Amino acid sequence: MIEIRNLSRLYGGLAVVDDVSLTVDKGQLLVLVGTSGSGKTTLLRMINRLVEPSAGRVLIEGVDTATLPPHLLRRRIGYAIQGHGLFPHRTVAQNIATVPRLLGWPRAQVAARVDELLDLFQLDPAAFRDRMPHQLSGGQAQRVGVARALAAKPDLLLMDEPFGALDPLIRAKAQADLKEIQRRLGTTLILVTHDMAEAVALGDRIAVMDRGRLLQDDTPARILTDPATPFVRDLIGTADRALRLLSLIPVAAIAVPGKAQGAPIAPDASLRDALAECLWSGREALPVEGGGIVTLDALRAQASQR
Amino acid sequence: MIGRILLALAGLVLLAFLIAPAPFAPLFQPFTRNGAPAIYAQTSLLSLTLSHLAIVAAAVAASTVIGLTLAILVTRRAGREFLPLARTVTAVGQTFPPVAVLALAVPVLGFGTGPTLVALFLYGLLPVFENALAGLTGQPPAVTEAARGMGLTPRQRLWQIDLPLALPLLLAGMRLTAVISLGTATIGSTIAARTLGEVIIAGLLSSNTAFVLQGGLVVGILAVLIHHGFQALESRARRRMGLE
Amino acid sequence: MARLSPPAVLFALIGAAGLALPLVQFKANRIVPGEGVGLSALPFGLAVAAGLAAVLIAGCAAAWPAVLRLAAAIAGLVAVVLSLGAAASHLTPEGNTLARVAPAAGFWLLALGFGLMAADAVNRLRPSLALRWLLLAGAVALAAGILASGALDGVSVMREYATRRDLFMREAQAHLALAFGSLGLALLAGIPLGIAIFQGRRWRGTVLGVLNILQTIPSLALFGIMIPILGWVAAAVPGAAGAGVSGIGTFPALVALFLYALLPVVSNTLAGLSGVPAATREAAVGLGMTRTQVLAQVLVPLALPVLLAAVRIVLVQNIGLAVIAGLIGGGGFGTFVFQGLNQTAMDLVLLGALPTIALALVAGIALDLAVQGARRGAA
Repeated sequence: MIEIRNLSRLYGGLAVVDDVSLTVDKGQLLVLVGTSGSGKTTLLRMINRLVEPSAGRVLIEGVDTATLPPHLLRRRIGYAIQGHGLFPHRTVAQNIATVPRLLGWPRAQVAARVDELLDLFQLDPAAFRDRMPHQLSGGQAQRVGVARALAAKPDLLLMDEPFGALDPLIRAKAQADLKEIQRRLGTTLILVTHDMAEAVALGDRIAVMDRGRLLQDDTPARILTDPATPFVRDLIGTADRALRLLSLIPVAAIAVPGKAQGAPIAPDASLRDALAECLWSGREALPVEGGGIVTLDALRAQASQR
Repeated sequence: MIGRILLALAGLVLLAFLIAPAPFAPLFQPFTRNGAPAIYAQTSLLSLTLSHLAIVAAAVAASTVIGLTLAILVTRRAGREFLPLARTVTAVGQTFPPVAVLALAVPVLGFGTGPTLVALFLYGLLPVFENALAGLTGQPPAVTEAARGMGLTPRQRLWQIDLPLALPLLLAGMRLTAVISLGTATIGSTIAARTLGEVIIAGLLSSNTAFVLQGGLVVGILAVLIHHGFQALESRARRRMGLE
Repeated sequence: MARLSPPAVLFALIGAAGLALPLVQFKANRIVPGEGVGLSALPFGLAVAAGLAAVLIAGCAAAWPAVLRLAAAIAGLVAVVLSLGAAASHLTPEGNTLARVAPAAGFWLLALGFGLMAADAVNRLRPSLALRWLLLAGAVALAAGILASGALDGVSVMREYATRRDLFMREAQAHLALAFGSLGLALLAGIPLGIAIFQGRRWRGTVLGVLNILQTIPSLALFGIMIPILGWVAAAVPGAAGAGVSGIGTFPALVALFLYALLPVVSNTLAGLSGVPAATREAAVGLGMTRTQVLAQVLVPLALPVLLAAVRIVLVQNIGLAVIAGLIGGGGFGTFVFQGLNQTAMDLVLLGALPTIALALVAGIALDLAVQGARRGAA
C-alpha cells in the first residue's frame, strides 16, 4: 500500500505539487491524469525520489521513503518512461538485467529472469536477447522498457507516459497487454498520462490533477458520470462520455435470462461493443455466450445519465 | 555585452601598445634580466604586426578562393567523381603538421615570406574546403527540391540558393584558417619571414622572456579579435536565415 | 572508345608531369647547387618510365575494378620509391660520402599521382572496417620493409640518418614521449575536469574560457614562456625539481603540449556526456543506479566515441606541435628540422619532417578507424 501524505513541491516559491494526499491499495492501477504542467509527473517522481518533496511524506507499506537511501529505494520500484530510455550501448538482455545486476543476483538467475520477461512480453528470447536497442521497433523497445522496470519483481511500478511515443494501433494493444500483465503479477501500478481515454481504459482509479492540486480521485465510472469540477468535465470531453462509460462495463454485468437471434457475444466484451453490434446488425437484443441476453434497452439505460 | 567591451578594450590597448610601446616598458621590465631591453626595438612592432597580418590575410584570401572553387567543382555533376577522393585528401591533409609543411616548403621555395605564405595557403585550404563542402552538400532536401521544382537552373541554384546557405559554414572555415595561420605564421620567422615570430625568437635566443611575452600577447590578442570578428559575421549570416 | 574515369585522368596528368621533371637532384656535396636528373636519363630508367606511363594511361579506363587499380597504384608507388633508391646508388660515385642525391619534383609528383590513385582505389573498394585496419597495417609494413631493405640507403635523407642513427632514435623517442606523454597527462586531468564541469554547470564558462584563451597563444610563445615559469617553479618550490620539474630540456615542451591538449579533451568530454539522451540518464537514475554507477556504466561508455575523437585531435596536433620543442632544446624531430633550416641543409629538414608527417598520418588514420569502431559499438 502506498500512502501519499500532504505532498508538496515548490520551485522558486511556486507550488508545482500542492498538498496532495492519495492512497493506492496493493495491486491497484492508479492513473494520474492532467494537462502538461499539472504536476502529475513531479508527483510521480517524488514517489521514487527523483524529485525530493518540499513537504509531506510518502509511505510504502508503512515505511517512510525519506528514511531510505534514494538509489536503494529506486531499485525496489520499477520505473518506465516515455521514449523508453533504453541504454543504447547495451543489448536487450543487459538492459533488462540492469536492476537485478545492481542487486547482485546470481548470473543464472538473472538470465532466467530475462528470458521469463521476454516471454511474458511476447518477444522470443532467442531472437531478441542479443539485439541492440536501435534494432527494435518502437513497440518492441517500449515493451523492453517495461520488462526492464519489472525485472527485479518490484511491488510498485511507476510509469510516465509509457505509450506516448507509440502510434495509435500499437498503443491500444500495448495498453491491453500492460493491463493483463499487471493483473497477472498483482503489481501495484501508478501511471501518468495526459490522455483521458487511456486513463479510462487502464485505470482502476483515476486521479485528476490541475495546477498542482488533486481535483478528483475516483473510479473511472464516477469520474465520467460525476465530474467534481468543470475542469474535470472538460478533460473528459462531453461528446462521447456515454460510449466511454459503456466501454468500462462487461456484458456479463447486465445480462438477463432470455433468448435472442443471431451470433452471440462474449460475456467479457464491453457494453460499447454490444451496442455497436446491436446497431450494426439491427437487433434489439444479443445472445450472450454461455446463456442469457443483453438488450438494447438495458444498454441505453446504462449509458444515460442517472 | 561585457565580452564585447572587454574585446574592444583589448583591441584599444593592443593598438596603443603597437603605436607607442615605450610607455608599456615597466610592465615587461620584471621579465628581463641583466638590464636587457624590455621592448623589442630592432624593428617597429607595428610594421611587424602589419606584415604578419598581411601574410595571414593573403593566405586566407587565397585559401578561400581556391578552397571554395574546388568545393563548387566537386559538387557539380561533372566533378562528382572527385568528391570521395577530395574528402579523403582533405582528411589526410588535416593530419599534416603545419610546421612540417612549412619546413618542406623551404627546399622548393627557399627562405623568406614566400614559403610561409605558400605553407599557410596550403594548410588553410583544408578547413575552408571542408566547411564549404559541408555547406554546399548539407542543404535540407526540401530546399533543394523546392528550388528544382520552381525551375531554377543548376547555375541559378548555386548562386541563389547553395552559396548563400553555405555562407555561415564557409565563414567558420575561414575563421579556423585565420586563427591557425595567425599562430603558425610566427614559425615562419624561423625561415626569415617578417612576422611577429621574430620578436619571440629574439626572446628565445637571448633568454629575454619579455620579448617572448609581448610577441605572444600581440598574436594572442589578434587571434581572439579575429576569432570573434568572424564569429560575429557568422551569427549575423545565420540570424538572417533564422537559424539563431 | 571506353569511358574514362576523370580522377584517373588527373592522376595520369600529375604522373606525366612527374615523368617530365627531374626525378632526383644530384649535388657533388652539401653546399654546391644541384642538378636535376630525370628518370629516363638513368640506365634502367626508360623501361621503368614506360611501365609507369603504361599503368597511368591504362588506369584512365573507367572499367578497371578497384582491387586491380589499388594493386597497380601500390606497384607504381613501390617502383617510384625503388627508382629513387636505385638512382641514388647509381649517381653516387663508389666510396664518395660527400655527394648528395635528393628526391626532386619529379619524384614527389609521381609519388603524389600514384598515392592519389591508391586513395581513390581504396575509396571505390568501400572496404570494411577490418579491411581498412589491414590496409593500414600493410602500408606501414611495406614502408618499414623498404626502409629496412637498404634499397634507399643511397638517398640523401637516409645518409643523414646513417650518420646519426643513435641521435635519431633518441629524438624519435623524445618526440613520441612528448606527444603521447602530453596526451596521457591531458586525459588524466581533462576527463575529470570535463566530468566536473558537466555536473557543475557554474564553472563551465570559466573553465572553457580559460582553455580557449590558452589555445590562442601561438605555440612558439607558449613554449618560450614555459621555460622561465617552470625554471622559477623548479627553483622556488621545494621538491619540484626533485619531481622532474625543470625550466630546460623536455619538460617545458611537455607542459606546453599538455596545455594545448586540455581544451579538446575537456570540451569533448563535456560534449560526449551532454550528448547522452535525457531519457537514458533519467532511466539510469530511476532504476536505482548511484551517481558513480550512472557515470561509469552509462555516461562514459556512451561518451566514448566523442572522447576518442578528442584523442585523435590531440595526438595528431601534438605530434605536429612537438616539432617546435626542437627550437627550445626540448628534443624530438624538430631538432633536425631547425638544425637543417639553420644550416640550409634540406636533407636534415627532411629527416625531421618526414617521420613527423608519417607519424601524424598513421596516428590520424588509426584513430579515425578506432572512432568509427567505437561509434558502431555504441550505435
